[in-house]
Amino acid sequence: MASAVGRPAVDRPAVERPFGLLAELTYRCPLHCSYCSNPLELAAHTDELTTAEWQRVLVEARDLGVLQLHLSGGEPLLRRDLAEIVRCAGELGLYTNLITSALGLTPRRAEELLAAGLDHVQISLQADEAALSDRLAGVRSFERKLVAARLVKELGWPLTLNVVLHRHNVDRVAGVLDLAEQLGADRIELAHTQYYGWALRNRDGLLPSRAQLERAEGVVRAARERLQGRMEVIYVLPDYHSRYPKPCMGGWGRRQLTVVPDGDVLPCPTAHTLPLPRASVREHPLAWIWERSPLFQRFRGTDWMPDPCRSCDRRELDFGGCRCQAFQLTGDAARTDPVCHLSPDHGLVAEAVAAADEEARSGAAVLTPRPHLAARRSR
Amino acid sequence: MRSTTPVQTARGADRPRLARSVRLRFDPARGRHVLLTPEAVTVLNGTGAAVLELCDGRRTLDEIGTVLRGRYGSVDDDEVRAFVDRLTARRWLEIGDAEAGRGQRRGQAGRG
Repeated sequence: MASAVGRPAVDRPAVERPFGLLAELTYRCPLHCSYCSNPLELAAHTDELTTAEWQRVLVEARDLGVLQLHLSGGEPLLRRDLAEIVRCAGELGLYTNLITSALGLTPRRAEELLAAGLDHVQISLQADEAALSDRLAGVRSFERKLVAARLVKELGWPLTLNVVLHRHNVDRVAGVLDLAEQLGADRIELAHTQYYGWALRNRDGLLPSRAQLERAEGVVRAARERLQGRMEVIYVLPDYHSRYPKPCMGGWGRRQLTVVPDGDVLPCPTAHTLPLPRASVREHPLAWIWERSPLFQRFRGTDWMPDPCRSCDRRELDFGGCRCQAFQLTGDAARTDPVCHLSPDHGLVAEAVAAADEEARSGAAVLTPRPHLAARRSR
Repeated sequence: MRSTTPVQTARGADRPRLARSVRLRFDPARGRHVLLTPEAVTVLNGTGAAVLELCDGRRTLDEIGTVLRGRYGSVDDDEVRAFVDRLTARRWLEIGDAEAGRGQRRGQAGRG
């Protein structure tokens, strides 16, 4: 017989609500950057969500507590329904942020997005001059990016420039900052390469030396002082060179989620590399995926942690670092991120960093460009 | 582009307004007002939201204080000023000149 007083039950798990949704609308992209973090098996993700499916995802995301929508890819402008998606997000009260190569941001397209209520534009730059930039992007794009950046400012949008730093452009940081100033950028994000996807494959050719890093940090410090109050300069340190790991995504399933082109939902954009059960908006409501799916539960909180994380004072600061990095480097996603100097696997990172310091290797690396993705068309 | 010194203190005649990239919204999921910026969400308390709702580029800081006093009785002007200064330093608020007030910035109408 059941007792009269039941055990206190938690109807909804005590899970925080997500603030941000990264919508990777397509993996198609006109650029071929060798540091791309998109999956290596691009062709496995060509069955893109339809406009109606994205609209449903946005409604569900809003109900779940999402406030910011980051539209990315691939190149989100390759989705012809981008303005429709932006309009839907705006009507739901979401803050919309377009993260783009700017290729395809024509005046007509920009006006359309402005009318749809797009809040903010982030344009990627590969370098501060055409020859290097076009070589890194694998396609002539530099001049078109500058034209688009000026257009963004003319239309009154706030402009952020995104620059992924690595061995081949980190020495150009001063020039990049000058260019950003000329373009009237409001913010610039100088972020060192994160080694996932194509970037991991090309890691040995991309890792900068410590001497390069120190020079760049000096330039950034001076620029911050000079540009104070005019342009925000964000500098994301390379985690390979840090003592402690990055607090990846602010914690697994804690603040953000990613929906990839074919509707899979991930705690971070690269979590598809982990041997975990899938969760798709085509099969489950977003709220169930966030709150209850085995995928999102797997590394939430601190209970899953091994030592040295389990007993570490920083376990609620960096959450054990990045699960994908742990898996890629050690084969076990539940180990401490090897970037951490306390990790028993730290030697794996230290070796790569030491190799990058050997001057003889500089410039000699061969990089594998990310290939084109011939996708099924989306509506 | 008008340059603002992050450490400056707002004066009573200043007319603060939200920057172009910033949105003030009520979040029904959390039951709180939030400030949305390119890469951040700031959850506001009731007073913070009340101050920001009045930062429309037309009201002066003094006028904002008067409205708040009418609503809440007593208001600590220094606290309001410190709050405005903090957000101005982050470039989430902009201070319009007294004479250039009246919210006449190109491309501002109807957004946010």
